[in-house]
Amino acid sequence: MNALRTMNHDRRNQILTALAIVLVAVLLVIANMTLSKYHLRLLNLGGIYVILSLSMILINGFVGLFSLGHAGFMAIGAYTCALLTMEPAEKAVNFYLKPIVPWLGEMHMGFLPAMLIGGILAAIIGFLIGWPVLRLNDDYLAIATLGFAEIIRIVLTNLQTITNGSLGLKGLPKMEIDVFGLLPESMHGILVLNLSACIWIAVIITILFFVRLIRGSYGKAFKAIREDEIAAEAMGIDVFHHKLLAFVIASFFAGIGGALLGNIMQTIDPLMFRFLMTYNVVLIVVIGGIGSLTGGVLAAIIVTIFMELLRFLDASWMLGPVQVPGTAGVRMVVFSIILMVMVIFKPQGIMGRREFSWDWFLSIPTQIKEFSLNRSKKEASADSKKGCE
Amino acid sequence: MSLLRTQNMTIRFGGVVAVKDLNLRLEKGEIIGLIGPNGAGKTTAFNMVSGVYKPTEGKIFLNEGDITGQKPNNITKLGIARTFQNIRLFKDLTVLDNVIIANHLRLKSNWISSVLRTSNYVSQENEMEERSLDLLEKVGLLDVKDEKAYSLPYGKQRRLEIARALATKPQILLLDEPAAGMNPQESDELMQFVGRIRDEFDLSVLMIEHHMQVVMGICDRIYVLEYGINIAEGTPKEIQSNQKVIDAYLGVE
Repeated sequence: MNALRTMNHDRRNQILTALAIVLVAVLLVIANMTLSKYHLRLLNLGGIYVILSLSMILINGFVGLFSLGHAGFMAIGAYTCALLTMEPAEKAVNFYLKPIVPWLGEMHMGFLPAMLIGGILAAIIGFLIGWPVLRLNDDYLAIATLGFAEIIRIVLTNLQTITNGSLGLKGLPKMEIDVFGLLPESMHGILVLNLSACIWIAVIITILFFVRLIRGSYGKAFKAIREDEIAAEAMGIDVFHHKLLAFVIASFFAGIGGALLGNIMQTIDPLMFRFLMTYNVVLIVVIGGIGSLTGGVLAAIIVTIFMELLRFLDASWMLGPVQVPGTAGVRMVVFSIILMVMVIFKPQGIMGRREFSWDWFLSIPTQIKEFSLNRSKKEASADSKKGCE
Repeated sequence: MSLLRTQNMTIRFGGVVAVKDLNLRLEKGEIIGLIGPNGAGKTTAFNMVSGVYKPTEGKIFLNEGDITGQKPNNITKLGIARTFQNIRLFKDLTVLDNVIIANHLRLKSNWISSVLRTSNYVSQENEMEERSLDLLEKVGLLDVKDEKAYSLPYGKQRRLEIARALATKPQILLLDEPAAGMNPQESDELMQFVGRIRDEFDLSVLMIEHHMQVVMGICDRIYVLEYGINIAEGTPKEIQSNQKVIDAYLGVE
């Protein structure tokens, strides 16, 4: 009987999740048709930050490691995807200082395989870096990963014949995926996903992936390592293996996020992947609440929107009668202040370690009812007290 | 054949010999006590058996197989589970999750099938949860299964730590001062509890205790350590009347 009820309960949640995905998809299609190019780009950027923040939360929030290497893995994903999808002619134009190595110059493939290869390459590099550095803890790990991310960037800057060095890559093709691309010619072009669709499908897959990973046995083992490494080991969890696993998964998604980011920017260069890039993601993760996937998703979208809304700060503006001269980067100052205030007054972020659940969502009406009931009760008791006086 | 045996187990930290030539023996179904004054090397001996430290000399055998220097997670897999002197629960997780995590080592699916939720994985996960609920019922913690571990009162935290160790399906349970900080009545209850789980789960128990009175009632045999050296071994009665032990505990003029 109990099993039956939990089964129905799971079933209900699955149906609700499916409905929510359909709803989001419909909203996105509407957004795609009605929003201006600028707003759409903003929406897409928010989506990419969702992927990036979830991948960072896995390591920093659930396994409890302090890693600051995101920008490096993003760079690998972005460069790989760009180089594999650009037309050979376009690449020849880009590499005017020194020609590109021939085998790479001729290589050309669709977006889906290119993006996946970017992610996998980032994961492989993540494995190679993680193997030595994950033996470190806390601040030491942060320093080591930060250093490795910088090494990746320097290497990319100096591989002139592969990455075009500091000149970067320009004119990346606009992403589109032909869903029936592998089927016979006559099926081609029936359903072609544009950039927004590609990004948001990736976002939804990423969210589902992380929710399932964290809820499952491996996710629980990750949390156990965060709570107490020695006890986790004593419970038979291979701590190093699990840390490495989480690090590699996070690197993969950072690579995917980087590939998508390069695509909406259409221009990439090594300077894009400085520490500032990692800092943006850290900011989102801290605001959302380290240790909550829900918080990561919410914060990614909120921060992206606010970053744009605060753009007026970078231009010159009037503070009463005083003309404030425009300075680039003022909004980053404002954001850093927000981050500091957040860390001081609400260090657990928007969500802390709480997660969205359908049970919680469906209980909102009852919660509201109880809240108003309590309030009227309080008022009633206050009235009766007055009466006594 | 002994279930667990240490042979001249010795560990040095720099010039200090923390444990010297310790020969422990644990037979199936026994409850063995390891007692001694503060700093005698009891916990260090435990840490060697559970793989936290590697002995400088000597060997450790489980079912006559050499397990010296294995990593702690492998030792747990082989069937030796432990608790800690200063309780180490997964504080911010629920009581149920604490126990479920201890099932993870027996999971036969990889992480990909946990994300895809293959039917094989889901059935294993359900089984893990059922087993954990069953275990919580047996140790009397079922009513607090959804509470965070840190919110439990001290005695229940101790119990949860033992339940968590039991969930790894051990043959041997190592308890590091389970009655620390308990009043005589509480520690009495705990000892009865240990005896009960020994029978119910078909265990052998090796227990560190600081207070002699606590272990006297339950242990089959007792080892006494002082300054890393095993100064006596025997039944509780023998130990109680052993002059060396009395000297170690009370001091000699």
